[in-house]
Amino acid sequence: MTFVAFASYAAEAANLKPVEITNVSYDPTREFYEDYNKAFQEYWKNKSGQDVTIVQSHGGSGKQARSVLEGNEADVVTLALEQDIVELEKGGLIEPGWIQELPRNSAPYTSTIVFLVRKGNPKNIHDWDDIVKPGVKIITPDPKTSGGAQWNFLAAWAFALNLYQGDEAQTTQFLKDLYGNVTVLDSGARGSTTTFVENGQGDVLLAWENEAFLSLKKYPNDFEIVTPSISILAQPSVAVVDEVAKKRSTQEVAKAYLEYLYSDTAQRLEAQHYYRPSNPDILKEFASVFDLQAKLVNINDDFGGWQAAKTRFFIDGAIFDQIYRK
Amino acid sequence: MGKLMGKLRLARGNNVIPGFGLSIGITLAMLNFIVLIPLLSILLNLSGMSLGEFWKTITDRQLLAAYKLSFSCALVASVINVFFGILLAWILTRYEFTGRRILDGFIELPFALPTAVAGVSLTTLYSDKGWIGGLFDKIGVKISYTATGITIAMIFIGIPFVVRSIQPVLEKLDRQYEEAAMILGASRSRTFFKVVFPEIFPAALTGFGLAFARAVGEYGSVVFIAGNIPYRTQIVPLLIVSKLEQFNYAAATSVALVMIVFAFVVLFSINIIQARVSKRAGE
Repeated sequence: MTFVAFASYAAEAANLKPVEITNVSYDPTREFYEDYNKAFQEYWKNKSGQDVTIVQSHGGSGKQARSVLEGNEADVVTLALEQDIVELEKGGLIEPGWIQELPRNSAPYTSTIVFLVRKGNPKNIHDWDDIVKPGVKIITPDPKTSGGAQWNFLAAWAFALNLYQGDEAQTTQFLKDLYGNVTVLDSGARGSTTTFVENGQGDVLLAWENEAFLSLKKYPNDFEIVTPSISILAQPSVAVVDEVAKKRSTQEVAKAYLEYLYSDTAQRLEAQHYYRPSNPDILKEFASVFDLQAKLVNINDDFGGWQAAKTRFFIDGAIFDQIYRK
Repeated sequence: MGKLMGKLRLARGNNVIPGFGLSIGITLAMLNFIVLIPLLSILLNLSGMSLGEFWKTITDRQLLAAYKLSFSCALVASVINVFFGILLAWILTRYEFTGRRILDGFIELPFALPTAVAGVSLTTLYSDKGWIGGLFDKIGVKISYTATGITIAMIFIGIPFVVRSIQPVLEKLDRQYEEAAMILGASRSRTFFKVVFPEIFPAALTGFGLAFARAVGEYGSVVFIAGNIPYRTQIVPLLIVSKLEQFNYAAATSVALVMIVFAFVVLFSINIIQARVSKRAGE
């Protein structure tokens, strides 16, 4: 009897060899995924009895996407921009339709763009039209090299377009004034945070909300967060890299890894790391943390999707390049 | 070619590594895999781009401003490096003092340090809130996020090339010549410029060329200290990265090609000058 039980246990154990998956992500998610991986390991062990280890890789979102495209084997990607995952789809690594595979456009958590200003808000900055005034020094990453920075640009554009009731010439001029006030255009979001926070440059940092909270947590006496009246809903996307997962037979666990991001446990964990949970009820639990009053435009309804936005604003010679042309 | 073969044959008589055929075979194979094929793949990445597109890409106004900035900062940095490098090499070879070996060891640190780390620390140090930058800020000089900052980062990463090119030459230089010059009544500066300098000049040129080529292509340490503002403080490697971020491999490689050609022209002309100088010295 004991022998039979032992045999079946052994058979099951043999079946459930520990599995390893690689999550290729972008820079500011490092701390979140460290916590999340622990939660997922526990969940997966309870559910299937299998041990899972997760290898994390972080870097600039576009750079990470390119590394996967060029052979860095990732079972799942959790990147800053939908467009970065679309490039993997174009490269044949991810099957089309991935964006519908998971709820809310495969974006389990969202964020937005806020202003980080110096304590006491000496320049009296409350909204976008305050930062285009002469003499305000802005720090923001370059949309040409940083995915996050494209959200900044689009948020400002949405504000100005609303201000000028759809007049594009005036909106463009607004962006021109805004970037005219930019004193350092770092190549990535973390670099911008360093420039503003550590090197003391500028009066206002255009930042991801979660990054702004992290700076605030680190230096509670030095900064304040200002949420503008209009900003953008930043939706970092996640997807299983089908080609790799198929090859390594990790489809099941990779899919579960991403699905679990929508669980209540994970959603609260996201909020603790200052990402906005995509579950509206859980988001409300954190109403004291996030400013839920700001109007958030989104890329699909207000800009016709990423492809359209990229072509219109960010490719070489498009609007962003034009606003710098003299 | 005939001359070259003659030299090779001559070398055959007293060589340490046996088998010329085998060694040149291995050398060429290695060179192919490590240097030539990656370089050629740049051309491959360009395929599909018409000549017109290529020209348009590499002569974009924003890019022209960046070439100007990258090359002028690199030039200034390498010139400063030559002066500074000669001085450093001189001190390291001619004087015995405590801490000399440590100082000697420091010279290579810019090579060993991850460039981004160097960039971040230089930026902090030279920003108007930093230790050094703060002092300069008082007299109204801004260093980080300006061309000055870019030049300083380029000096930092270039200095080992110059020092390490000149040092061995100075070490081997026979002191008798200097002594003779002095006995004949030459002043110290005259001795330096007429006796020592011509000897180290070719090595200084090599150091200059290497430091220049490296500075022009340097990304990691320069990008943090540059303000990256289009037309003003944007270096060429940043624009290459910006094109890569757009998954525009062809545009990125066409700019890279321009950089490689420039670097090659600089290194090649320096080689020619050097050959002339050494020949004259030999006569």
